[in-house]
Amino acid sequence: MKPKVGVVTFPGSNDDRDALRAVALMGGEPIPVWHQDRDLGGADAMILPGGFSYGDYLRTGAIARFAPAMAAVREFADVGGPVLGICNGFQILCEAGLLPGAMIRNRGLSFICRWIHVRAEDLTGDVLEVPIKHGEGQFVASPDELARIEQQRLVAFRYCAPDGSLDESFNPNGSTHAIAGLRNDRGNVLGMMPHPEHAVDPDLGPTGGQSVFQWLLTAARDRVPA
Amino acid sequence: MRFRFEIVVSLKDGLADPQGKTIQDALPTLGWGNVAEVRVGKHIELVVEADDEAAARGQVGEMARRFLSNPVIEDFRILSGEVAAR
Amino acid sequence: MKPGVEVETPVHRELGLTDSEFDLIVEKLGREPNHTELVMFAAMWSEHCSYKSSKVHLRTLPTRGPQVLVGPGQDAGVVDLGEGMACVFKIESHSHPSAIEPFQGAATGVGGIVRDVLSMGARPVALLDPLRFGPLDDARNRFLFSGVVAGIGQYGNSIGVPTVGGEVKFAPCHGPNPTVNVMCVGLVPAERLLGRRKGGAGSALLLIGAATGRDGIGGVSVLASRTLEDDAHESRPSVQIGDPFLEKLLIEACLDLAGRGLLDGLQDLGGAGLTCAVSETAARRGLGADLDLGQVTLREPGMGPHEILTSESQERMLAVIRPENVERAREVCARWGLSARRVGTLRPGGRLSVRAGDEIVAEVPAPALADEAPAYQRLARPPRLDAIRADDPAKVPLRVPLEDAFFAVLGSPNVAGKRWTYEQYDSLVQGGTVLGPGADAAVIRLEGSVRAVAVSTDGNGRYGHLDPYLGGAHAVAEAARNVAAVGARPLAITNCLNFGNPERPEVMWAFAQTVRGIGEACAALGTPVTGGNVSFYNESGDSSIYPTPVVGMVGLLEDYRLVTRPGFSSAGLSIYLLGSTRPELGGSEFAEVVLAKVSGVPPALDLAAEARLLAFLQECARQDLLASGHDLSDGGLAVALAESAMAGGVGFTVAAPADGLAPHLALFSESASRALVTARAGREGDVEEAAASHDVPITRIGLTGGSRLEFTGLFDVGLFDAVVVYEGAIPTLMSGARVAG
Repeated sequence: MKPKVGVVTFPGSNDDRDALRAVALMGGEPIPVWHQDRDLGGADAMILPGGFSYGDYLRTGAIARFAPAMAAVREFADVGGPVLGICNGFQILCEAGLLPGAMIRNRGLSFICRWIHVRAEDLTGDVLEVPIKHGEGQFVASPDELARIEQQRLVAFRYCAPDGSLDESFNPNGSTHAIAGLRNDRGNVLGMMPHPEHAVDPDLGPTGGQSVFQWLLTAARDRVPA
Repeated sequence: MRFRFEIVVSLKDGLADPQGKTIQDALPTLGWGNVAEVRVGKHIELVVEADDEAAARGQVGEMARRFLSNPVIEDFRILSGEVAAR
Repeated sequence: MKPGVEVETPVHRELGLTDSEFDLIVEKLGREPNHTELVMFAAMWSEHCSYKSSKVHLRTLPTRGPQVLVGPGQDAGVVDLGEGMACVFKIESHSHPSAIEPFQGAATGVGGIVRDVLSMGARPVALLDPLRFGPLDDARNRFLFSGVVAGIGQYGNSIGVPTVGGEVKFAPCHGPNPTVNVMCVGLVPAERLLGRRKGGAGSALLLIGAATGRDGIGGVSVLASRTLEDDAHESRPSVQIGDPFLEKLLIEACLDLAGRGLLDGLQDLGGAGLTCAVSETAARRGLGADLDLGQVTLREPGMGPHEILTSESQERMLAVIRPENVERAREVCARWGLSARRVGTLRPGGRLSVRAGDEIVAEVPAPALADEAPAYQRLARPPRLDAIRADDPAKVPLRVPLEDAFFAVLGSPNVAGKRWTYEQYDSLVQGGTVLGPGADAAVIRLEGSVRAVAVSTDGNGRYGHLDPYLGGAHAVAEAARNVAAVGARPLAITNCLNFGNPERPEVMWAFAQTVRGIGEACAALGTPVTGGNVSFYNESGDSSIYPTPVVGMVGLLEDYRLVTRPGFSSAGLSIYLLGSTRPELGGSEFAEVVLAKVSGVPPALDLAAEARLLAFLQECARQDLLASGHDLSDGGLAVALAESAMAGGVGFTVAAPADGLAPHLALFSESASRALVTARAGREGDVEEAAASHDVPITRIGLTGGSRLEFTGLFDVGLFDAVVVYEGAIPTLMSGARVAG
């Protein structure tokens, strides 16, 4: 039985179809979820995809967080369901309070689409080659919140040089502490600015996104339904 | 009754404001070397139906706190409120 | 019109119509038009909408071929990709609005061309942006450049269509008149193509999307049909603001409608707004229509009928829907949060009847508006080019070290790396990008297939200036060469013709010559014209742009896994130069940058030789013989070698071909019909044999390897130094240029 992975489409989501395709490629069963659905279709894991939900109007993710589907996602996360927020999805998770901090405009003020490297901040310390494509990816948080994040080891990914070392010149958007992705304290909610769904197909380029999908699908398989 | 409110939403003090800094750096090249600080925010106008101005202002404050601003990174000020002309 | 009777300028002249055009309207109506009808004609018969100065020439272009499913005359052209799939594509200009408000001008240009592709029922899958600006040492040009790129990026990224190609070039003539062209490519199963065949009398006309405001009123008449003067800022009301979020909803809703079989037709509202959409929809079906302006959702109060009819508010589509499907269609639109109002009905006969409240405010034959604008054979006369053409840069001795010339050309803004632009574009969304910005052609794979579509946009204004016939022909040849360089078969073109004031005989002559050149090249290379756009009046004061034809070529790659990439992939591979090099520096990058000359004649073009090169490149891709492939164009052999080295991170050792040419001619000549390839290890013999069998001259010129770019006996430089110059040129010029946006 393939694990079911729901992908929420908000008005303005763009990488939802890419996320659905990546789930299928990596061995899961993709379940499209409409933003107005209160039912996640029996999904064992959820993805909030990239794009420009509501045109990024007001603030990125600020309107999408109030969608009916997000209430269901919050309940799902509260009982330990695995949730992956990619780019705009990460922004929505922060606006919804499911992850700490917030994203503001890139330090250089421009949208950047580029392949970069991130270091996985778990035991493996793997360096993954993945693409970023965003204009508002600079992570910020209050000093107290930042201290808590580091102390509780919530940082999932940091922007790094190809050899894994941390170097400000490899921080594309000025994110505090080069933070590219975060987990919640329970570890079931992961938000990241890079796009793993665009890095799973060996025919198209590097496959640094595969380990992220492997984490999600494993967590989905392991989950005991609440 | 209808009331018109103006709200300014700005980045919290202490947060880097790249837009403001860029404008500040550019002004001298245009001939104004006497600008010490530039901050860029958002200006929002709302026309609200309520029984009286106090009720309207209270609701606008709620909207600003919960939705129009992100308290993690932004502060807001209600600039003015008046009976709406139309 | 009786002379001496009118004290003020007649209304029709203020609207941009000539006296004889007014008389023609009277003749067609059998009476004088009322004000609303006059405004409708002024918009539809403007240069931008009617092509009245260009039609007689465009009719000479080859438009047919077995691969063409839809030729010129619809919202976009269509070619057959096989396996039941069709490729919809078109290019358009938005230069005039971009000169006034670069961000929104460029953004709304993207919106418009995407809707043209959408109107054929296709999902937009790629954007390309060929742009031209004035030199970047001028702050205003930096402002326009950064605004346009940011606008294209913001709009294209928001709607989820990847920008995968394009070009940026610089020339003084584009300072006052930037050229902003945008091409869109879409994909659709051929059997689901929307066209003009469906939808008869009684079908409903639904207006879907944004509310109608006063945006752009007079836009096509005002901006695109007259030259820009110093009071251009007063044209600001004619520039529209784009809403990419609404466009994204429109795309999804329209594709949803098409997928459920609810659409008999779909038309974009662009220039001349509702008038154009309704009159063309009706006229193409040989029908008329009733239109009720009271049903149009307005954004502003108190809009008059003529304003509603010619508003250019963005993000609106007109759908043709059978009456029994209207309710279902409105439900689908509501799901996407979109308003869908029934504003009219198609009727038998050809009359367009417009109601506002209880009154009929306009009654006009639809074909008169849509198809019967006059066609002008404007006076054409060549300018005096003899002196400038006789000044051959190849005869000028080189007075600087060759290495200095190399870095000057490599770092010139036309040639230098364009990461500064394309990293502002999402080139990955939709997951189909096999080759993106920086390659010779973009390659987008088809879902569920190994086939891919290859696209390139090309055009050389210097060539157009020196010899417009060759300018047109070279644009087609270069675009075909770029598509073949990635291994694909060139299929068909769309073209954007950017020129000055057609009422000037020199401009009209250049236009006619350019069209002739495009036509002959298309015929020789088997790539018909499926449509395009003409942008006239790119002039202000006495400054006109170069004749700038931009060709968008679409091709088919049978197996995307066999794509040919431009970069040297490893050391020890044999480097081959295909084609013949002659002392041809006319209109070249070297001549402008090193000799400060734009003179001479463009390189000769032997279309038969070009066709043979294209066949050779496709053959090599099919047999997987190549480790890399790259076409030669601006900057000649030296630049092509450097680009391949930088793309792959591998240097080379090369002996420039002798042929009795001075070294700088061997390295920087821009002779046509040439390419640079490396053979896979062990396949050198097969490559040489393929060249022989296709009768393409081939010379082995060196080997890949190392970290230096070595031109044996001439000079050598570090690969890293080349990267610094090539990648650093544009960012250095643009640093500190950006203010709030």
